[in-house]
Amino acid sequence: MDYVWAFVVGGGICIIGQLLLDVAKLTPAHVMSTFVVIGAVLDVFDLYDNLIKFAGAGATVPITSFGHSLLHGAMEQTKEHGFIGIATGIFQLTSAGIASAILFGFLVAVIFKPKG
Amino acid sequence: MSDKFDQKQYQNTIKTYQPKPNYLANCIKAFIVGGLICVIGEALTDFYMKVFDFSEKEAGNPTVTTLILIAALMTGFGVYDKLGQFAGAGSAVPVTGFANSITSAALEHKSEGLVLGVATNLFKLAGSVIVFGVVAAYILGMLRYALQHMF
Repeated sequence: MDYVWAFVVGGGICIIGQLLLDVAKLTPAHVMSTFVVIGAVLDVFDLYDNLIKFAGAGATVPITSFGHSLLHGAMEQTKEHGFIGIATGIFQLTSAGIASAILFGFLVAVIFKPKG
Repeated sequence: MSDKFDQKQYQNTIKTYQPKPNYLANCIKAFIVGGLICVIGEALTDFYMKVFDFSEKEAGNPTVTTLILIAALMTGFGVYDKLGQFAGAGSAVPVTGFANSITSAALEHKSEGLVLGVATNLFKLAGSVIVFGVVAAYILGMLRYALQHMF
């Protein structure tokens, strides 16, 4: 059942993105930026955490979870370090994603030849 | 006739010639491809939980890293861009789309050299995601922190 909900919720988030592309005529970069902000906003009332509990990877794989993790890491650090924790913790949970995206992106660009 | 009027008229004129997107078909394609990427993510989480005894939270990072590696390789082989043409938001919204935007921007500017081409353009498209994410998270974090300490 986990897989079904991951499929439905993840696919559903992509439908919202597709509607923003087709109906609102946004560019993919605008859609991604909007989704990151929405993810951060949804974290404020722990709504996104409930969605993750419910849908698993259906909620953690879409880019909205990036915004959620940014705020989540920041709030976790404020518990220990107070106000400055927002700045020190903001990349805590997303560090693995960004670091590996930089590494793999760079390596692939060095090894492969551009197509088309 | 002002320039503004001309531009408005032009945009009205071209509207009739622009192809109308097939909303339903595009949504179905985005749903299926996006859903499948999330199912692969769920399977990877399961795999890391069972094989390496990670908790569900710990399994999140290796899952995302694996998806990014797959997406970067697929971009290198030119497969992800074909998927993107078919799936639209279905391949752009998942974290794999983030990896694709980084890799494709770097590949595109490879001819300008490693430093000025690849490294400078790496975040050309993905930069907006990080900027808006950090700005939103910082402001919301400050608000939340202030609220927590006032009440």
